[in-house]
Amino acid sequence: MQLTLWTYEGPPHIGAMRVATAMRDLHYVLHAPQGDTYADLLFTMIERRGARPPVTYTTFEARDLGSDTAELFKSATREAYERFSPQAMIVGASCTAELLQDDPGGLARALNLPCPVIPLELPAYQKKENWGAAETFYRLVRSLAGARCERPQRTRKLCNILGPTALGFRCRDDVREVEKLLDGLGVEINVVAPLGASTQDLTRLGAADFNVSLYPEIAHTAAQWLERAHGQPCTRTIPIGVGATRDFLAEVARLAGIDPAPASQSEESRLPWYSRSVDSTYLTGKRVFIFGDATHAIAALRIARDELGFAIAGVGTYSREFAREMREAAARYDVEALITDDYLEVEAKVAELQPELVLGTQMERHIAKRLGVPCAVISAPTHVQDFPARYAPQMGFEGANVIFDTWVHPLMMGLEEHLLAMFRDDVEFHDAAAPSHLGGKQMLQNPSASVVASDIVLSWAADAEQELKKVPFFVRGKARRNTEKFAAENGLAIITVETLYDAKAHFAR
Amino acid sequence: MNALSPFPAPLGGACDAPVIRQERGQREVFCGLTGIVWLHRKIQDAFFLVVGSRTCAHLLQSAAGVMIFAEPRFATAILEDRDLAGVADIDDELDAVVDRLLTRRPEIKLLFLVGSCPSEVIKIDLSRAAARQSRIHAPRVRILSYSGSGVETTFTQGEDACLAALVPTLPEEAPNAPPSLLVVGALADVVEDQFARLFDALGIASVRFLPMRRAANLPSVGPNTSFLLAQPFLADTARALEERGARHIEAPFPLGVEGATLWLQAAARAFGVSEARFHAAIEAPRVRAAQALTHYREALAGKRIFLFPDSQLEPVLARFLSREMGMRIIEIGTPYLHRRHMASELSLLPPDTPIVEGQHVDRQLDRCRAAKPDLVLCGLGLANPLEAEGFTTKWSIELLFSPIQGFDQAGDLAELFARPLRRRVRLEA
Repeated sequence: MQLTLWTYEGPPHIGAMRVATAMRDLHYVLHAPQGDTYADLLFTMIERRGARPPVTYTTFEARDLGSDTAELFKSATREAYERFSPQAMIVGASCTAELLQDDPGGLARALNLPCPVIPLELPAYQKKENWGAAETFYRLVRSLAGARCERPQRTRKLCNILGPTALGFRCRDDVREVEKLLDGLGVEINVVAPLGASTQDLTRLGAADFNVSLYPEIAHTAAQWLERAHGQPCTRTIPIGVGATRDFLAEVARLAGIDPAPASQSEESRLPWYSRSVDSTYLTGKRVFIFGDATHAIAALRIARDELGFAIAGVGTYSREFAREMREAAARYDVEALITDDYLEVEAKVAELQPELVLGTQMERHIAKRLGVPCAVISAPTHVQDFPARYAPQMGFEGANVIFDTWVHPLMMGLEEHLLAMFRDDVEFHDAAAPSHLGGKQMLQNPSASVVASDIVLSWAADAEQELKKVPFFVRGKARRNTEKFAAENGLAIITVETLYDAKAHFAR
Repeated sequence: MNALSPFPAPLGGACDAPVIRQERGQREVFCGLTGIVWLHRKIQDAFFLVVGSRTCAHLLQSAAGVMIFAEPRFATAILEDRDLAGVADIDDELDAVVDRLLTRRPEIKLLFLVGSCPSEVIKIDLSRAAARQSRIHAPRVRILSYSGSGVETTFTQGEDACLAALVPTLPEEAPNAPPSLLVVGALADVVEDQFARLFDALGIASVRFLPMRRAANLPSVGPNTSFLLAQPFLADTARALEERGARHIEAPFPLGVEGATLWLQAAARAFGVSEARFHAAIEAPRVRAAQALTHYREALAGKRIFLFPDSQLEPVLARFLSREMGMRIIEIGTPYLHRRHMASELSLLPPDTPIVEGQHVDRQLDRCRAAKPDLVLCGLGLANPLEAEGFTTKWSIELLFSPIQGFDQAGDLAELFARPLRRRVRLEA
């Protein structure tokens, strides 16, 4: 039993949903109690998708437990096929249904539906979201990619891009950026999956000469299988940061048997020059703490130290499946990796290390906020803010530009920091003041007992003042102004609770 | 206008009562755990520990995590393989988690162990665990239990289960206690204070609220207690109070001018308040509430609305929207309809209003699309997809997170429905 305030990953069936929602013409039937449909809002609200995820839930209740939940699963599956006419289906159980042991795979097979039905075994009490996504993608690839076929020799090599899903951290923009990089090298793209792929596309995976894995947490298992079964080698470098992007181009060129030089020279990032420009001197040796999924945390180590000149105070990941890779990377940067999915442990580590900048997930943003440390978000779990309207990849040369801005902006500007050191007791610059551009200045409360509006002196009755405090702070100022305006217009000298509400009704719009 | 009269005549008789139909299929609703999102803020020194799976933790975080920035007063004790396989002793594990929690949050006075789908299915006896831990942590912390599982509770029924668990712990009122009023159902603090002032103006001396804001302020209860339900989803709590001898004052729910008037009037009559005093007390807020509503009537009158099931507030909202705002109701979905508590509401609904209890979300979406409503009330999973199809929606969870009850919130309630329509017009202009 694990005490959890926040969790870095959802249960494994959420991972399966991320794959299903990313794809076209695939439908997921999930044996789950009512309430598990909350998962839809991750996609419709956080990612702002304009369509429901392609998921049918059996939503069983107590009365079904007494009768026949297996029959409920069968009818839900049959109905889902008839309504949505998918080209393939995946079926499985959420945590509660796993306890019922209804065997969704067997039940679905017995229906003899005229499309491939792929059963998923996602142990909810052992595994988590990313593992669920990886397993689901692997099962889909394995079931649909077919047998190995002979690939013709071509002048322009063909590759697949594997790993981007729905609800993934910046997946949408990373794919575009990586497509641009590959195009610059003269490599053609066969299939991008799961994001945007149809089930038909998965049957064509074997036509590619090699694979590009963008997110090992999700693509690794499928990529390994494709390597074995279809003889497709796979990239290892994740193109996050300038150095890593150059290495990625070199690796792809090697796999494709071409010259990487034209691509790495044609377009470059502004990061190296911005980092060398004298204004960035203040970044030197700033102590950063890094935490996220393994892919993003490992990439951040290299950027932080080698490209921005920070010092690594600590690093860690919640991706237990990639603990070995994380530890090896940390050792190269002379730190010990924290491998945990316990938010409280991460919080304790940040408090202990007292870094000057935290690069983390939305959870670390909470931690940093409480400890008063600036923070930039580098990894899932995601939040509505991690789906910006603008183009904001993490990968490739444009990704490096985005990273420079995102990581540097939470810090104090160079000159501001100097002035702070010089004039410590300045009313706005004192120790407790946050950087001015973060809006962190403490506003002095102005408990004006009476104000002059027009010709009348208005005063607030104590209970009205008390009542005003119940108005949410972000509209309280407006409520106060409106009430005073209303009182002045009506010639009232004392503002009572009644005046407050009369004014509220008067200004209601 | 009839709706503005303090004593509107009920419209429907038995012959043209709303048509209630039941439907079964996929339900697109939250489970009862979701109530924790507002209950943990209402009772300021209470903590909610869900005994469940990673899914439960993920639900609470997704439903609430994006909105709440302070450390929440809820957490999940996540069951793992070793708990299920019997390798670990569930009692020992749970005791250790509770110890760790109470050490971290010494200000907590009341702890709820909240059951979930997995804990119900594997039959973890949380009431026994709560009794055992109460003995360990008394008198500093009281520990109670209830189930918010999706197999037993839908969304707001979680609050019902929580309050019903509190009822047996309420102190017994003195045998010769004067008549007192208990208002049941979580309300925003500001709404509670307004109602307290109104009851005071009516001369009802002893008024208490459940849930209370502090764990120590338990209202006493007994045969001299009468209670008013402030929310329509409190069937089990009402039954538990009746078992303690308290008397239920039947009334519509306090949404809109009419609802607030009838609700207060039911209390006034039960406490023998004269009609004159009643009118004097409510006249000013009633008039200004009516005035506030006029701002929105133009936007809403004649518009057609389709209500998806969510909180059980749907029939009450439909009554307000049709009678006070002049909206036309296409369909009222509700996860569950308590016939007795809802009787006075149903009698106020326009005749032949279709009410659907339960849900088959795909068929309901078919009906909604076919009806082409001007406004759709629905949950977060459906709102953006419907907007993308060109519908205007109002997300229903906001009705639980906003102060909407009582006279001085009637305008705010109308505003919640008018804003999406106004926004659409603006963006199209």
